[in-house]
Amino acid sequence: MRVIQISFVLAWRNLWRNHRRTVIMLAAISVGAWAMIFMTALMRGMVNDMVRDGIRALPGHVQVHNPLYRDDPSVSNLIAMSDVELAERFSSAGIERFSARVRVPAIISSERESRGVTLLGVDPIQEQSVDAIGSTIVAGTGLDTAASNGIVIGRKLAEKLETEIGKRIVIMSQDPDNEVADRGFRVIGLFEANLAIQEEAFVFAGRQAIQEMLGIDDRVSELAVMGDDYRDVRPLLATVRQLMGTNDEVLPWNELDSYLGSMLAVMDGFVLVWIVVIFLALSFGLVNTLVMAVFERVREIGLMLALGMRPSGILLQIVFESSLLLIIGLAIGNVLAIASILPLRGGIDISIVAEGMEMFGASSILYPELQASDVVLANVVVLILGFFASLSPAWRASRYEPVEAITKV
Amino acid sequence: MNITSRLAWRNVWRHPRRTWLTIGAMVFSNALLVFMISIQFGMYELMIDNTLKAFTGHLQVQAVGYKDDLKIRQVVPDARSVAERLRSELELETITVRSSAFVLLSSEDRSYGVQVFGVDPEYEPRVSSIPGLVREGHYPTGRDAQEIVIGKVLARNLRVGLGDELTLLGSGRDGSFAAAVAEVAGIFDSGVTDMDRSIAEIPVGFFDDVFYMEGASHAVVIVTPDLASVPGIKSRVEASLPINEGLVVHDWDALQPGLKQAIQADISSAFFMYGILVILVAFSVMNTQLMSVLERTHEFGIVMSLGVTPGRLGTLVILETGMMALAGLLLGALAGGLVTLWFTYNGFSYPGMDQMAANFNLPSRFYPQVTVLTLFLGPAVVFVGSILSSLYPALRLHWLQPVAAMRAV
Repeated sequence: MRVIQISFVLAWRNLWRNHRRTVIMLAAISVGAWAMIFMTALMRGMVNDMVRDGIRALPGHVQVHNPLYRDDPSVSNLIAMSDVELAERFSSAGIERFSARVRVPAIISSERESRGVTLLGVDPIQEQSVDAIGSTIVAGTGLDTAASNGIVIGRKLAEKLETEIGKRIVIMSQDPDNEVADRGFRVIGLFEANLAIQEEAFVFAGRQAIQEMLGIDDRVSELAVMGDDYRDVRPLLATVRQLMGTNDEVLPWNELDSYLGSMLAVMDGFVLVWIVVIFLALSFGLVNTLVMAVFERVREIGLMLALGMRPSGILLQIVFESSLLLIIGLAIGNVLAIASILPLRGGIDISIVAEGMEMFGASSILYPELQASDVVLANVVVLILGFFASLSPAWRASRYEPVEAITKV
Repeated sequence: MNITSRLAWRNVWRHPRRTWLTIGAMVFSNALLVFMISIQFGMYELMIDNTLKAFTGHLQVQAVGYKDDLKIRQVVPDARSVAERLRSELELETITVRSSAFVLLSSEDRSYGVQVFGVDPEYEPRVSSIPGLVREGHYPTGRDAQEIVIGKVLARNLRVGLGDELTLLGSGRDGSFAAAVAEVAGIFDSGVTDMDRSIAEIPVGFFDDVFYMEGASHAVVIVTPDLASVPGIKSRVEASLPINEGLVVHDWDALQPGLKQAIQADISSAFFMYGILVILVAFSVMNTQLMSVLERTHEFGIVMSLGVTPGRLGTLVILETGMMALAGLLLGALAGGLVTLWFTYNGFSYPGMDQMAANFNLPSRFYPQVTVLTLFLGPAVVFVGSILSSLYPALRLHWLQPVAAMRAV
């Protein structure tokens, strides 16, 4: 115990003997720690935002389809159960947030223009519970019931079609017999989405109206189910699989959108690589500082050994010195990182590159996200690797031959 | 070799371990920078190339507003003679016309909304890579052939093969109903699911008839020999266009704003990371040089009292740094170059990269190229950063009092 205490005090005092060197090293460690945490928070913010947005676009954490539907999203490939039965089963199983939707490709035409879109027949009450895109109405009103005769389209699409609220548009799609099914709808609302492409791609109408138009009774193409946490959907997946039996395909979001699913894994890999790279760049300076610290104290170390200090005491001293450097540096770095992230919590506007971010699938406001696990990872990695880096100079210091060391000039 | 540089060289090797550690920090960062920058720049080039050569081209002549609205009325009148004239004026064969419309494309069992393009079979293959990607059947040969080329995914979704008939339903340029039947002549496979699902091409003469274009098209697409010649050709095209016809020339970053912005976003985040690396190396160098100056205080005091000016000693310190930095630059560029070269032959890939790559029209395995720029850009910045960081120890010498310095131990 006594040895540890003495080594610690010596290490602390030695640290400030050459305060300039210590300050420069502390600055390097702080900048490194700041960069680790700050950059990670920015990237995390971007990726988490992308994933949440992606889940809203799917929507849901788990989806049910006819096994053929994903390759061939046609009205012929419907879920075996009717929407009434689905609603009954899920409600009685205690799942509250789900939406049974008809989802088919369609052509939408105003008097002036036509566009290809994805037509969604939804029950507005169910749809709200899954918090899908299309729920942010910026003009007019949303759908009121599943039997509604109105249609809600994206703001961008309305511009392109040169249509507006109250005007009629025609929807054309195909029924299960491949006859053209078409119907006029009145535009009752415009929605806004984070990505421009979503405002152009989706139109929403009442589920019953679409089912009638397509002649598919009360069948649907897709069931979207929302759980509590997108990071762990396994329990929800198991419940839904049990409820649906084996006739239909039940998949979690990360398999439905493999780009999105791979993003989280890529991100975890990136965080670790970034932290290790920064550490390696730091480690040269750290080892160098320790080597210098040992070198200029060779006589002193020899004297201590001659006076009876055990080599382990010397080793401990150097390791303490390095750990103290790291701990102080990390502490400053952490404070700096938190201090620089907090003022940015409201989001960083990067809309000058909005269309570029859209290619990544990310929106134009970046919200840094300080994830506790990343902060812990950064600090732990630096401390542990730092400990190992300091072992070599510490070991050499403890192996000096006292007589040689004292007489060294 | 004059005396200052000889002194510098000897001083560098006074503490070989310290010197190597400092050089090691530089080599590590330099190698990393060379590798990262090679990958980055190579990817940007490929992204631009693949995206533009697939379809967009480098320049397009369009009606004002067509780029954003894609309305069928916004045309380039008499586009084929405009293209013909540009071909002879610019002496460039890679110029073609293209029209487009949104239609409902129906086979016997399926219907999908797609964007159909009217293309000139003679010139399209020189501008776009799609004709070369036709894997089954052939690209239409005559301007008026009632043939259609579709992507592989679309063919699968529509359940059609070569020789099957497809019905096109949409609206013509005058807003009237447009309908036609075309035979599937070819199926292309670009490997990019989005393109393979959503693009259909028919000969431009046929397109004219169906959509009442009366010789007008939506774009004259120009591919320039390389990116650098885009601005020059753009101004020549602008000069040769008839005035007051409401025509504009868009270059590739206006046509694909996402592309340039994605690159900018990526560059800024990457340069932030590189900046941190350079700063860490600079701290390491500063520390080393400060140590080497402090331990020579006594010596410096003597030579100053013998008449050596502080400026000359400063030069000495900077020269020492320069020698280390040069070694770091050469070894780092060598190491980074070798690592990159290894990937040039074996390809670089990262788990999860294939999904991300597909978003940017990139292959899933990437072969970086070593160029002079990628080899020396990063190391040069590290070199400058090292020299700058040694200014502090070098300038401190001006405050050195010879007598006090000589007494220093």
